[in-house]
Amino acid sequence: MAERCAVIGVGQTHHTSCRADVSIAGLVREAVDRALVSAHMTMADIDAIVIGKAPDMLEGVMMPELWLVDALAAAGKPVFRVHTAGSVGGSTAIVAAQHVMSGVHKRVLTVGFEKQSDGNAMWALSVPMPFGMPVHAGAGGYFSPIIRSYIKRSGAPAHIGCMVAVKDRTNACKNPYAHLHEPDWTLEKAMASPMLWDPVRMVETCPSSDGAMALVLASEDVADAHTGPKAWVHATAMRSEPTAFAGRNQVSPKASEDCAADLWRKAGITSPIDEIDAVEMYVPFAWFEPMWLESLGFAPKDQGWRYVEDGVTEMTGRLPVNCSGGVLSSNPIGASGMLRFGEAAMQVMGIAGEHQVDSVRKAFGHAYGGGSQFFAMWVVGANKP
Amino acid sequence: MSDDVLRIRTPIGIKYQYSAGPRVSSHLHGLMDGRFVGKRCPTCHLVYMPPRNGTCAKCGCLLGEDVEVGQRGTITTFCIVNVPFLGQTIKIPYVAATILLDGADMGMSHLIQEVEAADVRMGMRVEPVWRPRDEWQPSMENVLYFRPTGEPDAAFESYAGQL
Amino acid sequence: MRDVAIIASAQAINAATTTATPVEMLIPVVNQVLENAGIARADIGFWCHGSCDYMTGQPFSFVSAVDALGAWPPIIESHVEADGAFALYEAWIKIQTGEVDTALVFGNGRSSSGDINRILTLQLDPYVVGPLWPDDRSIAALQARACLESGVVTERAMAEVAMRNHHNAISNPYALRRGDHTIDELMAAARVADPLRELDCPAHADGVTAVIIAAGDRARSLAKRPAWIRGIDHRIESQNLGNRSMTTLPSAAAAAHKAGVGSDKIDVAELHAPYTHQELLLTSALGLGESTSINPSGGALCANPMMSAGLARFAEAAARIMNGSADRTLGHASSGPWMQQNLVCVLEGE
Ligand SMILES: [Zn+2]
Repeated sequence: MAERCAVIGVGQTHHTSCRADVSIAGLVREAVDRALVSAHMTMADIDAIVIGKAPDMLEGVMMPELWLVDALAAAGKPVFRVHTAGSVGGSTAIVAAQHVMSGVHKRVLTVGFEKQSDGNAMWALSVPMPFGMPVHAGAGGYFSPIIRSYIKRSGAPAHIGCMVAVKDRTNACKNPYAHLHEPDWTLEKAMASPMLWDPVRMVETCPSSDGAMALVLASEDVADAHTGPKAWVHATAMRSEPTAFAGRNQVSPKASEDCAADLWRKAGITSPIDEIDAVEMYVPFAWFEPMWLESLGFAPKDQGWRYVEDGVTEMTGRLPVNCSGGVLSSNPIGASGMLRFGEAAMQVMGIAGEHQVDSVRKAFGHAYGGGSQFFAMWVVGANKP
Repeated sequence: MSDDVLRIRTPIGIKYQYSAGPRVSSHLHGLMDGRFVGKRCPTCHLVYMPPRNGTCAKCGCLLGEDVEVGQRGTITTFCIVNVPFLGQTIKIPYVAATILLDGADMGMSHLIQEVEAADVRMGMRVEPVWRPRDEWQPSMENVLYFRPTGEPDAAFESYAGQL
Repeated sequence: MRDVAIIASAQAINAATTTATPVEMLIPVVNQVLENAGIARADIGFWCHGSCDYMTGQPFSFVSAVDALGAWPPIIESHVEADGAFALYEAWIKIQTGEVDTALVFGNGRSSSGDINRILTLQLDPYVVGPLWPDDRSIAALQARACLESGVVTERAMAEVAMRNHHNAISNPYALRRGDHTIDELMAAARVADPLRELDCPAHADGVTAVIIAAGDRARSLAKRPAWIRGIDHRIESQNLGNRSMTTLPSAAAAAHKAGVGSDKIDVAELHAPYTHQELLLTSALGLGESTSINPSGGALCANPMMSAGLARFAEAAARIMNGSADRTLGHASSGPWMQQNLVCVLEGE
């Protein structure tokens, strides 16, 4: 019943720790302008805009989409705001795609952004709350015990996280937009990186970035008429579950497994590792790569770390994961999920430049958020679904 | 153009009043009394200590009767924190652990002290060290930290379902 | 387009302050709307939530709302940093894709957690306007002054709006403020943000509204007289306070046009106009005339639970169809200073 939808424009900013040269509006506009150029469009062609970002407290502007109307030349158009925690970039792209798949609009611009340097991210992400015990230390403090559980359960050797980190940092050197360009990492050097949240080392954590990602999504007739590269949306899926309840599996949440199963079914994919040519996965801490490989159905349970060890997820491997350098190399929170979705589209469109994988027919974009509880995923492909 | 204004600082100050909610009140009263009072879910009958925001998220319902749980518990998993953190007053490195109190069905976060961080283990048995009574507030901070009891470790299977 | 209808709603009684946590407030309303619809949780295809972190004073505050949904096994769910009416729009889009047939949407907010008039200042341009800290009432008063000076509204007309809404709220059990006032009494009242008087300003409240929508025969099987969504659209305009009309609402007019408001008579309109002069501007922008009953619930003037006040208007407009007292109604939600963003929905009985 749904209408077909394709990505026909992709644009991102250079991601870095502090884009002091632009305002929030300037940052967003930079990504939007690049996406419009790639879609051969101007703002006047756009029917509706879907904006996503993580908590407003990161920049100190409440519902910033209201103020950004002028910067986006959006007056008179529908502007829709999504916020689903860390998965927001992915959820936003899905909501935008549904604006097209519903038949309501034909040309939809979507943008995710974060300008963390304009606020105090460490404060904004853990506002002290009364009544409880303030023992955690940011996201690392939250996720490290879960990683410890995975290591114990799977019997993974200690160097797996560092292998992922070295791979992603090395890949990032091929991506001109990536925040971190650090070509000198070796496994030995990574293993000497300080333990921040034991078992998580500094090299295994993501940076804090300013950045934005924008996509132009089009209906079938508009996409057919577009002469540039395009990536067809084959399937989208979202799932949520509560943060905490007695007996919850936090290593491989059921919402993640259900979301992936739903996605593969909708996309007609029976063997993800054989049918997906490039993966852009949300890995803010290196250990999440093997964890998600298992949860998503790319690897059997407790075997994800072996895929990392065997080089399966290298750019030249059987299942290239995060050729862009991933979240480990750029993390503008509100844009990070859309970067995964957009980079997956870029692989299909053949416009990923130096980090392009050869002949990608289908690619997978992934985002998650909250306490590993909100999931958003899509499959994009070179052919119409 | 070195005198261009590129950034301005505009502090934002807003006061908020948080509410613990009626269901968490008996838990907070318990802490004023040196006891761990949780709540049972009327649907799945599992015991939440602390009773979070007054709900069993799995069932999507309000929690029911008060249940006092044991003072001792088991470390299900943990993190050794080496990051100096804004607002964090605890000396690093310290261990932040998920502790499953005896009689509770879900772990809670707290500190582990009186043991080298490197010696903390999953399955380790721990007990609370309370602040002096005259410092007690309606807060989990009444417990300074948990420390090892010296009992044998709990078997992995006994808490594997919590990970 | 698939036919989609509102088939049930539930609201919390609006309160000036509450001691329950946001989730504790939410659970009874979610349970009530499911009961009103006669549908099981497991039969809800999609859940969508509208709320605001800055109102709660906590980043990711919406995350705990999932605890109220019984999201086990996991659910298809999303969140908008906006009024719950925008969550309804997302759900309507989702149903149009054919992926689901039913959705439960809700909005919640606790206006009493902080100083809401001051919190809303954070919506303004953070570089040049926000640092001056004009509060919400002051911003609205600037607009009211411009409307009065240009003759677009009169103080008497504003007082009439206040009188009618407060009178109507007498029969609305969910309202926070209600009562009969005379025009003379209202016009003699002290000004709180000149030219605005207390009863020209919204009654900010802690509140929750939940609505269930369903497609086609599913809706017909669940409700005797579903309120069919015949048109729904939202538009935004510039926020730039110095470069924007203070006396017209082009975004509301555009949304009303797209939603097909003018194609037939509207029996009842429920408008999310927080200030009295704004109701007058909005009524004019939507092209509503004498034959339309405006805000039989008392509107946002008598209870403005931020993040659910718009969805509550949808619920009220749908209720008139569902109880058979109207055939064509309008629900409206707004956001931003000077009603910068407007969502309009036309509902009809079959
Ligand atoms: Zn339960």
